[in-house]
Amino acid sequence: MSTTVADGPAAGVVGTRMRRREDPALLSGEARYVHDLVVPGALHMAVVRSPYAHARVTSVDLSGALASPGVAAAFSGAELAGEWSSPMPCAWPVTADMQAPSHLPVAVDEVCYVGDAVAAVVASSQAEAQDAAAAVAVAYEELPAAVDLEDAASDRVLAHSGLISNRAYTWELVPDADAVERAFAEAAVTVRERYVQQRLIPAAMEPRGVCVVPQPFGGEYVVYSATQIPHILRTMLGITAGVPEERIRVVAPSVGGGFGSKLDVYAEELLCLALARRLRKPVRWSEERSEAAQATIHGRGQVQEIELAADPHGRVLAVRVRLLADMGAYMQLVTPGVPLLGAFLYHGVYDVPAYAFTCTGVFTNKTPTDAYRGAGRPEATYAIERAIDAVARKIGADPQEVRRRNFIPADKFPYSSVAGLVFDSGNYEAALDAALELVGYEELREAQARRREEGATRLLGIGLSSYVEMCGLAPSRVLASLNYVAGGWEAATVRMLPTGKVQVVTGASPHGQGHVTSWSMIVADKLGVSPEDVEVLHSDTAVSPLGLDTYGSRSLSVGGTAIALAADRLIDKARLLAAHRLEVAPEDLELSAGQFSVQGSPSSAIGLGALAFEAFTAHDLPEGMEPNLEASATYDPTNFTFPFGTHVAVVEVDTETGKVDLVRYAAVDDCGNQINPLIVDGQVHGGIAQGVAQALFEEAVYDDEGNLLTTTFTDYLVPAASELPSFSLGRTVTPSPSNPMGVKGIGEAGTIAATPAVVNAVVDALSHLGVEEIAMPVTPERVWRSIGASAPGTGGGR
Amino acid sequence: MIPASFEYRRADSVEQALGWLSEDPDSTKLLAGGHSLLPLMKLRLATPGVLVDIGRVPGLSYVRDAGDHVAVGALTRHRDVEISDVARAHVPLLAHVAGQVGDPQVRHRGTIGGSIAHGDPASDLPAAVLALDGVLVIDGPRGRREVGAGDFFRGFLETALAPDEVLTEIRVRKAPRGWAFQKFNRRAQDWAIVGVAAVVNGGARVALVNMGATTVRARGTEEALAAGAGIAEAAARAPEGLEPPSDLQGSAEYRRHLATVLVRRALEEATASGG
Amino acid sequence: MQVTMTVNGETQSHDVEARMLLVYYLREVLGLTGTNVGCDTTSCGACTVLLNGESVKSCTMLAAQADGEEITTIEGMASSEGVLHPIQEAFREHHGLQCGYCTPGMVMAVASFLKEHPDPTEAEVREGLEGNLCRCTGYHNIVQATLAAARAGALAP
Repeated sequence: MSTTVADGPAAGVVGTRMRRREDPALLSGEARYVHDLVVPGALHMAVVRSPYAHARVTSVDLSGALASPGVAAAFSGAELAGEWSSPMPCAWPVTADMQAPSHLPVAVDEVCYVGDAVAAVVASSQAEAQDAAAAVAVAYEELPAAVDLEDAASDRVLAHSGLISNRAYTWELVPDADAVERAFAEAAVTVRERYVQQRLIPAAMEPRGVCVVPQPFGGEYVVYSATQIPHILRTMLGITAGVPEERIRVVAPSVGGGFGSKLDVYAEELLCLALARRLRKPVRWSEERSEAAQATIHGRGQVQEIELAADPHGRVLAVRVRLLADMGAYMQLVTPGVPLLGAFLYHGVYDVPAYAFTCTGVFTNKTPTDAYRGAGRPEATYAIERAIDAVARKIGADPQEVRRRNFIPADKFPYSSVAGLVFDSGNYEAALDAALELVGYEELREAQARRREEGATRLLGIGLSSYVEMCGLAPSRVLASLNYVAGGWEAATVRMLPTGKVQVVTGASPHGQGHVTSWSMIVADKLGVSPEDVEVLHSDTAVSPLGLDTYGSRSLSVGGTAIALAADRLIDKARLLAAHRLEVAPEDLELSAGQFSVQGSPSSAIGLGALAFEAFTAHDLPEGMEPNLEASATYDPTNFTFPFGTHVAVVEVDTETGKVDLVRYAAVDDCGNQINPLIVDGQVHGGIAQGVAQALFEEAVYDDEGNLLTTTFTDYLVPAASELPSFSLGRTVTPSPSNPMGVKGIGEAGTIAATPAVVNAVVDALSHLGVEEIAMPVTPERVWRSIGASAPGTGGGR
Repeated sequence: MIPASFEYRRADSVEQALGWLSEDPDSTKLLAGGHSLLPLMKLRLATPGVLVDIGRVPGLSYVRDAGDHVAVGALTRHRDVEISDVARAHVPLLAHVAGQVGDPQVRHRGTIGGSIAHGDPASDLPAAVLALDGVLVIDGPRGRREVGAGDFFRGFLETALAPDEVLTEIRVRKAPRGWAFQKFNRRAQDWAIVGVAAVVNGGARVALVNMGATTVRARGTEEALAAGAGIAEAAARAPEGLEPPSDLQGSAEYRRHLATVLVRRALEEATASGG
Repeated sequence: MQVTMTVNGETQSHDVEARMLLVYYLREVLGLTGTNVGCDTTSCGACTVLLNGESVKSCTMLAAQADGEEITTIEGMASSEGVLHPIQEAFREHHGLQCGYCTPGMVMAVASFLKEHPDPTEAEVREGLEGNLCRCTGYHNIVQATLAAARAGALAP
């Protein structure tokens, strides 16, 4: 397995830092998001939401709303109950005995979180819809709410009156319980850590939006939605609203970020569809930011207990993990499965012989959780990377040295992990070395020691995070073993038009990742055309009928592979046609830069463009060959891919105020071969920022009654440019053997790596004062208190 | 985020605004830059029946050298205060603080008068005005009156300004040297968790942001300094008698601690700058 | 009420509700949907436009307050021949955008910032963009694009 530190070879455009083709439309303002679509006659919907975390709905009085100017209709949950042929979908019942309450788009008699929908009104403008929604009078009988996760797990208060326990499921991965027990019994060193993964609000800059245009006489519904999953959404809308799937066309126009929050089927999508059907008029809804905080899924929300058993040198012998995972009030599309995406990775990049993992999913009266950038893997990486630092502290070793002692060695790949995965390829030590060099590790350690000696009030902390993640979701058979109800393949079509231009149809659904650029680069090199000559069609079920959409860093390794395979099939057909035209055997032809030429007599050649025209006219095709150059492929991956790397965060901590400044950040990532390193950089940058945000800034805070207190960007602190440094990036390249392009995936790596790097850095800065743990987000007050608690008199806090 | 309906009137003069205000002072609100009022209206936390837009009333945007003090028109935007040569020369604290309010977009619209009249203890400019021994000039149906900054901030979002009055000018004492401003927050665009505006020229005046229901002075610190205490000792008395809020960004206890640190830093910086 | 203003060089005059925010006037009445709405608390900056050449958040201004003024939106940045403004070009060159939703506001904020700080340091750029949130880029490339635009001498139109 070769490992280099360069951007990779660049025989064609693949591997180059090509500027994105998407950008001019986005930069000029001509790109259209759902909110921008002009639909004549559309009614605007506003949703009336519960102000209580848990309550019985005793009456819904719509008279005030119906009398409000511009109102077309208003409905309670009871009036809409007949619209649903099944409850809101959950595609991942992780265990056969999983408990889940019925979840309707609009609650009928019980509301279970602040933000749960109780009524919907439609009016001729958004302002009038909001005016009318404010005039709906709902009477509630308040019920006790299960707010705190651990308290909810005790069943002291039930989150749903119809459930007998808040515990939805318990899922275990314990390959050899005795081995784990033995390891802990015999270990020279053990650490037992408890971490809280606070709830996060995904906060894509574009709030959600839906517009459903019915065609009452054609029998079809066009659903425009700010979604990551037009294909899955189409199927689920059909099932839930009782509309035949083929009568629904879903279009995701420009989508302003998702990060998992638009990987879902939402009440408002179903409401717009049902109201459009009922009223026979277009119905649209634009989410407001303060509404988004409650009505769009949250991420994370776990209490983690992780134990490591190690030998005296810090070599880890066993990992034991117990999780409580906050489902929120209901199961959304993949809510129960999110912790499982981390279940296999709690031993991280380390060669660990014994492993035990248990997770219990728990309902609370809060906004449902679901996939948020990394989904399960950031949580796992956080726990192991914090805990490995705890081991290093305990044995008095440098954290980078303890990592080195434990890494899965480069010569052990493909590596069969104790959790049952086969890691495709890796060279963890190379990435660590590169990261330490990039950040200037030795000098930083010296500077850190100097500041401590001087008694400085601005201390330096250096935090490491070595990660591996599993992405490229996913081999369908593996998904079956995890009880997921769908597969993990991706579909693509490549066709050449009569003029030699190329059309690519992909089932992936981009929302900022630059797929148009990357896909056209792959195809351009295959077919010897310019990327500008490749049109990429996506995100509309009418033009891309088959697909499983974009999430889990799957688009390139699964969707991109499907495209490469389809292009290869097109070339296979073109080769037969070329052989026919040049009157040689197909195997005598070689393809270079879009030209088939006869080996040994290069003057005898024909280009793909000419062949496309021949195939189009079909005047002279080989016997039995169908017209046109077009090929499709559906790729079901044989394995996950396993990107890895090491990130290093450098912080300054003001011991007087507790303020943490992230002053330097170096990341060395390995995502296999790169199609466009410019785009890879961007994914890493953005991922780091979101990981840093969890470490230092963001938390969805609830009060004891279950009210969300952080509903706006003034309370929910998404960092701006002023809060972040520039990032130093490096890369190693260890291709994946699992797919023909050797690619892995990079959409989530930054987020997965950054959070533990930053918190490790803060703890590192203060470790000599006895600080071992600070809860996230690491606020100035928490830092100040941790200093006071660990070393009385130093910071003054308690 | 759409405000409830209201009637909009644009005033051409202070007199006209006063006339409209007097018709129904309780449900009429003045609109200048709108950066305190419109956010509340968008969330429907404020639903005035009438908005009187004074944003174009002529002659109320200026920063003027008035001998022993600098006079600032109430409609002067934060940005204009920030870059005013007069402010920079004679009240650099005010110019600096104006440049710390919100973010650039906010500073291009928000006005000093709007910020002062809103009376938000989390705002920066009231503290600067208090530290600069400011005087607020108020026009109303009963004529013009002047109120010292110490008497102006009465309670949470409550000032000496009556519902039928208009704040027209802010006067601050010149303090070309010996000043400092400390703003502590988690993101640059946010309100201060605690802020300190200090002037040490000719007796120390130390005003605190977000340390109570109103903008307040650190009396304990000022008394200690007057009695000859050193900076560290005086700073330790900063939270004396104050009841700072507890909220998502910090507990009262933490704010009290922050006040001691930030006041010390402000006094050190102010002294170093020629106090 | 009647409002008249110059938007991207053209005079516009419409009868609007008093409560209509400038951003909705631009988007819904004029069809200039490049200016986006990302929050409801004047925090995110997605709605940033130029008012008489200076950045403002058009969600925190009534259309009535813009009466008689000159507004520039993202649609007014590229030339009428379709050539991107140097700031837009720098964003493209440096991959300063991903999903693009914050981008129009970010570009307008940069245009105003560079007018006030023609030769900024990185720290000044970061402070100068404190009022604009982006969830995709981590800001790294936005900052690089802004510095590059400054080097190219890109002032607002």
